[in-house]
Amino acid sequence: MTDVAVVGFAQSPCARHSDSTTSGVEMLVPIFGEVLAATGLSKNDIGFWCSGSSDYLAGRAFSFVQAVDAIGAFPPVMESHVEMDAAWALYEAWLKVLTGEAEIALAYGFGKSSAGVLRRVLALQLDPYLLAPLWPDSVSIAALQARVGLDAGLWTEKEMAEVAVRSRAAARDNPGAQLAGEYSSADLLAAPYVADPLRAHDCAPVSDGAAVAILAAGDRARELCPRPAWITGFEHRVDSAVLGARDLTAAPSATAAARAAGAVTGTGGVDTAELHAPFTHQELLLQRALGLGEGVRVNPSGGALCGNPMFAAGLARIGLAAKEIISGRADRALGHATSGPALQQNLVCVMEARS
Amino acid sequence: MDPPLRAPLEIGFDYTRSLGPVLSQFMTALAQGRILAARAADGRVHAPPFEYDPVTAEPPAELIEVQPTGTVLSWSWAPAPLAGQPLEHPFAWALIRLDGADTAMLHAVDAGSAAAMRTGMAVRARWAAERTGHIRDIACFEPGTEPGPVPGPPDGHGRAGQEPVTMITTPVRLSYEHTASPAETAYLHGLAQGRLLGQRCPVCGKVYLPPRGACPTCGVPTADEVELPGTGTVTTFCVVNVPFTGQRVQPPYVAAQILIDGADIPIQHLVLGCEPAEVRMGMRVSAVWKPPEQWGTTAENIDHFRPTGEPDAPYQSYAHHL
Repeated sequence: MTDVAVVGFAQSPCARHSDSTTSGVEMLVPIFGEVLAATGLSKNDIGFWCSGSSDYLAGRAFSFVQAVDAIGAFPPVMESHVEMDAAWALYEAWLKVLTGEAEIALAYGFGKSSAGVLRRVLALQLDPYLLAPLWPDSVSIAALQARVGLDAGLWTEKEMAEVAVRSRAAARDNPGAQLAGEYSSADLLAAPYVADPLRAHDCAPVSDGAAVAILAAGDRARELCPRPAWITGFEHRVDSAVLGARDLTAAPSATAAARAAGAVTGTGGVDTAELHAPFTHQELLLQRALGLGEGVRVNPSGGALCGNPMFAAGLARIGLAAKEIISGRADRALGHATSGPALQQNLVCVMEARS
Repeated sequence: MDPPLRAPLEIGFDYTRSLGPVLSQFMTALAQGRILAARAADGRVHAPPFEYDPVTAEPPAELIEVQPTGTVLSWSWAPAPLAGQPLEHPFAWALIRLDGADTAMLHAVDAGSAAAMRTGMAVRARWAAERTGHIRDIACFEPGTEPGPVPGPPDGHGRAGQEPVTMITTPVRLSYEHTASPAETAYLHGLAQGRLLGQRCPVCGKVYLPPRGACPTCGVPTADEVELPGTGTVTTFCVVNVPFTGQRVQPPYVAAQILIDGADIPIQHLVLGCEPAEVRMGMRVSAVWKPPEQWGTTAENIDHFRPTGEPDAPYQSYAHHL
């Protein structure tokens, strides 16, 4: 089997209201330049391009086609798109490299989350017969999940606040973060609820942003990067779309993806994890679901709680986990992405350094 | 550089969906003030009913009725309801396990205040007065242990005896703020002054009107501004014979691709001022602007293009812009 590694990553700064258009071109052009320069590649070296974005954020059809302007797609390129977080675009790109259809592939995601009312737009990802006609917003649904765990004694509001405190402190070293700084859980807990039992600090901010990662095969990866992040497992699973039939205190699809990707194999466990948890309680839930022990560094970037560009934040988790390896700060790292309401769908990418 | 122009973008569509056998029965029963469920192979009762058993993937044998009363398994408080949600005043979202069911349904609870909500509380459906066979036939839930009244015709079954509900219509309305790119902003401000401002790619030299965020050939931002004249060449065209909603010109008329002199991509516009049959590839045209007092930051400032009467442009001059 071909060995495939992440050899480059870049992301645009997360912003509450960027000046970018919903086509993402203005956010993508600089980071394409950055990641190509860092790897010494030109656009003509990319054998396959794959993007993740959504027309629902843009409010118009085929918005992702305009984003292709950022590539400079002439002569024509091999290109694909997923209406999902770009972590799934990276998965498609990984398959292209694995199967030998491309030696180098690039995945990118972008979202101008601020163009509409994000949590209302996200109601349209729900069952169109029984749920979407009621417009249950994404924050309210996450709040239902948070309370199930609170009632079950799996976490407390103070523990949730401590996740926010830790994330914002970690994000001080992340220039792309939207929120960062020193906070105390007592101060955060003094704030009112935005969707009882969630307070503002429990919810990821609304973020505009974009991210890009480059994959390369075998020796090509070694040429492009002194310490590639070799992918040892890459899996995704999905739970039922019926919220009321799920056990919301667990994420069986995350557990199954992590097992299949080899993330929880005793001594082979990871030392670093970037989790796509847009709500504080979801980070606590995911740590349990993924079997991450005490010694694992979780979200050294600050995580999605400090910047959550829709359709790019999951890819960013994998890219940032890869950067931990590329920089030498980690030997084995896990990147996680989620999609759908209340952690319905989960993807796990396990990467390692090799001597 | 001017800050980007922004404008509201409102979109809407009434989605009609066919229901299939299970949801058709469920929605038909809602119109009658009843709630149906499905029993899975493992014995669990799902309300609302599944279309396919989550374990065996078989469709349910027959639907069974559950109570319009139930228990709150979880709730969250919505202090500022969003457009389209079941209630316009603060309410709770809740996962409600109906009496007789094992799974929960998501709906709203009209409880007055968060202080009145607790996990485990008893609630009952509040039925909409007008029911059509739609999930919103349940207006919301409210605290209570006994079934509430089912308003409607005296028989208490709004649509009883009528045909089964097989379709639902769900209106979707979304509001956005659309942002023009910096290049588009300069272009639109130019239009407001009666000028056509394109941009040139610094790598390949192609001129784009309207300008784009990046040269689609080279992938680099276009930055050099180029002012273009109001004259150009018809590269290709069609004669519109079909009337449609919102049409502003009486058919037949010509919609053409017009390559403005100095630009490398054509724009689409109307060609008026001659018979449609006279329009041809290579025809020279010029912009007819509306009176300046009607100008705004919009391409509508150009009312249409009209023939100039010049000799046609040779085919080779626009062949690679087709």
